[in-house]
Order: sequence, then structure tokens, then C-alpha cells
Amino acid sequence: MNPEYLLEIRDLKVAYGGIQAVKGISLNVAPGELVALIGSNGAGKSTTLKTLAGLLPPASGHVYYQGKNLKELAAHQRVTQGMALVPEGRGVFARLNVTENLLMGAYSRDNRAEINLDLDRMYALFPRLAERCGQLAGTLSGGEQQMLAMARALMSRPRLLMLDEPSMGLAPLMVQKIFETIREISAQGMSILLIEQNARLALQAASRGYVMESGAITLSGAAVELLGNDAVQRAYLGG
Amino acid sequence: METFLQQLINGLVQGSVYALVALGYTMVYGILGLINFAHGEVVMIGAMLAISSLNVLLGNGVSPLLALPLCAVIAMLGCMALGYGIERIAYRPLRHAPRLAPLITAIGVSIVLQNLAMMIWGRDYLPFPKFFSNNPHSFGGVIISDIQLLIFVLALTLMGLLLLLVQRTRLGRAMRAVAENQQAALLMGVDINRVISLTFMLGSALAALAGIMVSANYGLAHYYMGFLLGLKAFTAAVLGGIGNLKGAMLGGLVLGLIESLGAGYIGDLSGGFFGSNYQDVFAFFILIAVLVFRPSGLLGERIAERA
Repeated sequence: MNPEYLLEIRDLKVAYGGIQAVKGISLNVAPGELVALIGSNGAGKSTTLKTLAGLLPPASGHVYYQGKNLKELAAHQRVTQGMALVPEGRGVFARLNVTENLLMGAYSRDNRAEINLDLDRMYALFPRLAERCGQLAGTLSGGEQQMLAMARALMSRPRLLMLDEPSMGLAPLMVQKIFETIREISAQGMSILLIEQNARLALQAASRGYVMESGAITLSGAAVELLGNDAVQRAYLGG
Repeated sequence: METFLQQLINGLVQGSVYALVALGYTMVYGILGLINFAHGEVVMIGAMLAISSLNVLLGNGVSPLLALPLCAVIAMLGCMALGYGIERIAYRPLRHAPRLAPLITAIGVSIVLQNLAMMIWGRDYLPFPKFFSNNPHSFGGVIISDIQLLIFVLALTLMGLLLLLVQRTRLGRAMRAVAENQQAALLMGVDINRVISLTFMLGSALAALAGIMVSANYGLAHYYMGFLLGLKAFTAAVLGGIGNLKGAMLGGLVLGLIESLGAGYIGDLSGGFFGSNYQDVFAFFILIAVLVFRPSGLLGERIAERA
């Protein structure tokens, strides 16, 4: 365990639906870093994030967060420790309105005054959500739901933000907007672990990256290097 | 006209009790997708606990005005513990089992509780202690008793408070979030099991009060009383749209009214062929009709889950 890392995964194996979806991966995120985990559909990226969030049990290996082994921590306790996952498909509460969704994000916190302050900050960061604060989340567009899911995760004041395919199913313009926001949040010092199929966008935003193929990490390094890597270009960047 | 008004009042009083019990069914269904068929038995246990504690309290010279709220608290606490236990022992281990398994377990729990009650309180009807003047008030020929008035006002107040809790508080928001998407709620840091336990306890507390209301209104309780009452309240929940709180309230009141008005007029309408003892038939006729023609119930509209 290296105390310099916020998150350290060592030789993590996860079985999911009877198959070995993650076959012993190691990766780390330092405080303030934006790390991208790229790879094609079914490579095991989502399984990795779900395991980190505590939704799936690891078969073996270790996950350290802030120097502590996460093994004993239930999913809902990890939120209190500062881990927030924006799940694939966003998972907004369709029958709760926008403000209620954001308040759910702050469920693990107590200080009502601070929560209200953060609510205002989120509405400043996502003006579109402010316009629709009383609307049921189910009536929002896909892009707005993604914004809501991200804002909701930020409401827990996380130290590590994990994003699972934030660009999925969104129009190109909306994808640009979402990534602008990710850069902005990152620039404010948030540690982010980003999973994306859109490798170019992810690597352009990230400082470091890992490439995952059928359950294993095949390449890792600085994001700029990966962007220039021939194998990565052929496999993920369409060139 | 007097018959009509009288039956209207009787129906509203009975219906408000159905509504309280129906809320327990609908809250649990909303969160777990499970019909807690043991819920009627919780109502019965609530009535039994209240009567037993009332007898003890009154026997020791506690004033009736103090004994009544005290017995309500005892019944509520007892039923909350029971509701918690039922979920913990009978349903939680089956959380991921096929849907039929918890349904059969629910029926099993129901039978266990009935027999337990029979062993503790016996097979005979238990009289509800008479201690406050049950003055009938007459308004132009329409009669309403103190107890009926109390039941109706208290039931409406409780429903209002429950709606406030679910719509306006942190726990209520968490309940709605868990009902909609357990995994997402987990990612918000919600302790799902705790919310589910609290939901069962909340429904059971309402059931306890409903049990006291029924036994006070009819002046007696019986170990088997929860069965029919539970089925009717379930019908009310389905009628309103199961999983929908306002639906359960509306369904309870509507069912009470239909039963009461139906019982009041069926004799006249059938030329004396059917009597008011056919009252119970209405509930199940409605259940069948709703299931056939409008399975989503009166208020059971669903909005798109995802855009």
C-alpha cells in the first residue's frame, strides 16, 4: 500500500454472472488526478467500478482507499467515506424532482446549511438544472439526466468521483458539455476515475490512462502517450 | 335521504380504517414489490395488545383519558417490533428469491400469528373496555358516535402526517428513492435495510392504531379479525393503485363507502332477496372488477421511468 495514492487497486479479480470479468488488475489514483480507464464494451470496466463502489464483491485482491482496506465497508458506508459513483445509465430517481434528487445525493451528510449552500453551487454549475429544479427527473432529457447524476454525486462532497460512461447515449454537443464540466470539476482539485468508450475524449481530459482488454490491463501511462500510441490509435481511436 | 347520509358517515368511518391498513400494504409493496399478507394480523395483534393493556391500566385505577393514549403507545410499539421482526425473519432472507416464495411465507406468517394470538388471548371474542361515554350525536336524524368521530378525525390526521413524512422529510425521500431504484439509493449512501425496516415499522404502527379503532368501534376483538380486514384493506390498496399512498387513502374511503351504501340499499334494490349481510361481497366484487378492468387502480398511473 502506497500512502501517496487516494485509491490503490492491487491484483483485483471479480467474477460477475459466472464469468471472470476482471482478471487481476492493478491501478491507482493520486489525489487530484483525473485517471481514465478505457477499453471496449465488455472489457470489465463497469464491473471494476461497481466493485469499487461496493455493489459487487471482489473474488480476490485488495482495494485501498485513503490507505484503508475497503473490504469491510458496505456500499452505503463508502459514500460516507467520500467515494461517489455516477452509474452507467445515470440512475436518477425518475419520480423525484431535480431538487429531491440532489438532496438524495447529500443523504450521507447532516449539516443542512452546508447542504443548501452546495445545492446553490450545483445550480450555478448546471444552470439547466436550476431551470428545472421542480421537475420530475424522469421528464429530463438524457443530457440533463447525466448532469443531474453528476451534480447528485457531487452533493455528497466526494474525494473520489467515479464516472461510468458519462457520454453514453448523448448527442455530440451534450457530450462536449459534459466533458467541459468534468474538466472543470477536475481543475478544482477533485480526484476522478473516468470510464469511457470514447477513448479520445477521455484521454484528452485525463492526465493518466489505463487500457483494459477482456478483464486485464494491457497498457498504462500518461494520457498524451496513450493518445500517441499506435496500438491504442488502431484499437480505440479509429486511426 | 337519512339512510343515505347515515350510510355515508358509516362508510367514511369504516373507510378511513381501511385506508390506514391499506397504507401498510401499499408502502411495503412500493418498496419491496411484496404483498405482506401478514399485515392484517398485525392489525389484530394491535387490537389485542391494546385491550390487554387497557384492562391492566384500568384495573389499576389509571384514568381512562390517560389509559387510552397509553394503550395506543403500547400497541404501536408492540406492532412496530412485530413488523420489524416479520421483515427481518420472514422476508429479508428471501429478498432475492422468486416472488412466489415470500408470498407463501407471508401466508405462513399470517397463520402463525393467528394461532399465536389464539393461544395467548383465546378463541372467544374479547370485549373492548367501555369507559368513555359513547354518546351518539344526532344531526337531523343522522347519528354519529364519539368513537366514530374520533376514528375519522384521527385517521385523516394520521394520513396527512404520513403524506408529510413521505413527501417532505429526509426519511420519506429515502423511502421513495429505495422504492424506485435500490442500487442508486445505495450509491447515495442509503442503508437500504434500515429504510425497509422503518417502512415495516411505520406501516405496523398505523396498523396498531387501526386495530384499536376497529375494536373500539365494534366493541370487541377476535384472533381471526385480521383476516377479513386485511383482505379488504388489500382490496382498497389495489383499488387505489398499489404502491400509491394517496391511492390507498382514496381506495380505503371509496371501499368503505361502497360497502356501506351497498349494504344499506341492497335489500331495497333486490326486493329483500339480499340482506345487508352481503356487505362483504362488495369488497371482493370490486377487487375482481379492478383487476379485470383497471389493474393499475384509480391513481396508479406510471410515468416514464427513463427518458
